[in-house]
Amino acid sequence: MSAQAQSGQTALTRILSSNFWSRRTLRQREELIAYLLVSPWVIGFLVFIVGPMLTSLGLSFTETDLFTLEFVGIENYTKLLSFDTTRTLFWTTLYNTAYYVFLSIPLTISVGFFIAVLLNQNISGQPTYRIVYYLPAVIPGIATSLLWLWLFQPEFGLINWALSLVGIEGPRWLFDRSTAKMALVLMSVWGAGSNMLIFLAGLQGIPTELYEAATIDGAGIWRRFRNITIPMISPTLFFVVVTQIIWSSQVFTNVYVMTEGKGGPANATLMMVLYLYQVAFRQYRMGYASAYAWIFFLILLTFTLLLFRSSKAWVYYETEIGGQRS
Amino acid sequence: MSGAAIGIGTARASVKRSQRAQSILIHTVLIAGGIIVMIPLAWMLSTSLKPPHQITKFPPIWIPEPFVWSNYYRAVTIFPVSFVVFVRNSMYMSLMITLGTVLSNAIVAFAFARLTFRGSRVLFIIVLSTMMLPQQVTMIPLFILFSKFGWINTYNPLIVPHFFANAYFVFLLRQFYTTIPRELDDAARIDGCGVIGLFIRILLPLSKPALGITAIFAFSWAWNEFLGPLIYLSRMETFPLAIALSFLRAAHGVLWSELMVVSFIAMLPPVLLFFVAQKHYIQGIVITGVKG
Repeated sequence: MSAQAQSGQTALTRILSSNFWSRRTLRQREELIAYLLVSPWVIGFLVFIVGPMLTSLGLSFTETDLFTLEFVGIENYTKLLSFDTTRTLFWTTLYNTAYYVFLSIPLTISVGFFIAVLLNQNISGQPTYRIVYYLPAVIPGIATSLLWLWLFQPEFGLINWALSLVGIEGPRWLFDRSTAKMALVLMSVWGAGSNMLIFLAGLQGIPTELYEAATIDGAGIWRRFRNITIPMISPTLFFVVVTQIIWSSQVFTNVYVMTEGKGGPANATLMMVLYLYQVAFRQYRMGYASAYAWIFFLILLTFTLLLFRSSKAWVYYETEIGGQRS
Repeated sequence: MSGAAIGIGTARASVKRSQRAQSILIHTVLIAGGIIVMIPLAWMLSTSLKPPHQITKFPPIWIPEPFVWSNYYRAVTIFPVSFVVFVRNSMYMSLMITLGTVLSNAIVAFAFARLTFRGSRVLFIIVLSTMMLPQQVTMIPLFILFSKFGWINTYNPLIVPHFFANAYFVFLLRQFYTTIPRELDDAARIDGCGVIGLFIRILLPLSKPALGITAIFAFSWAWNEFLGPLIYLSRMETFPLAIALSFLRAAHGVLWSELMVVSFIAMLPPVLLFFVAQKHYIQGIVITGVKG
């Protein structure tokens, strides 16, 4: 046995000292090691992203429930995108999600930005304020959802009590189709602290000399804000808008928990990912769901690309100073 | 002359006064906002300790009278399965995901930060672009794949993919590695350190804060994970805390004290981690721009 081990060992040393290694330069050897080190990501990318995406595209032309598989051509897509709204829920879910995304993003961004600007005024106790405002973003979605379900409770909830103090009779929030989405939007503002942190970092990165120079030139608060803060923060704003669109369009946990997985009342809160979940994992219509997932993906992709396109017009990068680019 | 000096003095004083007024105004706004942010959490704690008849009081009662600590016991024993099982499941899932995330991303990010290889730029751009990908587009084929493996009602589908690196953490760690001076690499090389030696002896020990924040983020996200466990786990003994809570909501939708108790318990681990590591935590968010 020891002889075997020994021969194994010599074989190993022979390989290591063989031409295979020694003929290669140090650089080539390092390159090999580099490929080896990134291989976990490459394998993950192929197995968990590229493969499934292509499979999903393939499945979108079939109807399958895990056991049977039938090719149906583009029928899933025509059914989904049909303008006959009695046949498809796609437009409902698109509208609900767009409503949520386009109301909650401006709100969370402006609230987050406002707090960041205040915190950036050389204020004492900044770390404490940061913790307080960021805290809601740390809390698990399930806990946030249950808490806000209770806050929005129409008869005994805190929100309707607060409204009654100023003489407003609170709506039935999640039980009323006209206010249910708004309740979700209001709830999202509670998490605006995560935007606040990113904006604060961006604001702190603006060189103070710019403000000093502008003050000497006689620029007031508003002009300094308009001509220095806004352009200098625009890359951060761009980043926040892109990531927020991607994240908030995937809203799921709170709608699922607050509406018991139904997206009610009367589909008023049926968001895209919730519907996808229902179709795929409650009704087991995997082909239809795959087509839906691809449409969802393409919509997001289009938005992201449009934003990147538009960024040239409104995002200011420091390398542009003096028109010199290296 | 003295009159001029007084003039300057009062001008300074008025500037100071207006600065103080401004700072008081800002503090007032920030404190008011802070109170609004904290009220829901105070309400959660208050509800969790109330006797039943005080829950439906309108206008609301803020301080429970008396404090009903037994709500906590009742809430955790309301499930058909022991509450300990859910906590253990959540812990197991979160710790395994943390392990996989730290291991794989530390290695992959090192290659991107320090080694030169053909295609590294293109590959890194692909890594970054996967951040924009919604996971829903891969969800169905992965479910089919994992069910073929017989992994339904196990934690494998939720854990294993995290051993293959993730764009956010590759980016976070790469950014951190690049702040470590390259001179250290050269010195180590001259002393005969190979690539692996360089990684293990120089970069890893110096990146403890970044690895720590990676671990904390990975743990918190795993703890908060909802859609994944919802899809793959259907037997109650396999539920993590988050799914158990949504079950409680479906079964006993109006037991507000109990719901607030379990919500409070569920939020403790990520909130405590945030408090313990808040400085690094905030740094990590600033680097990646990802919410915790």
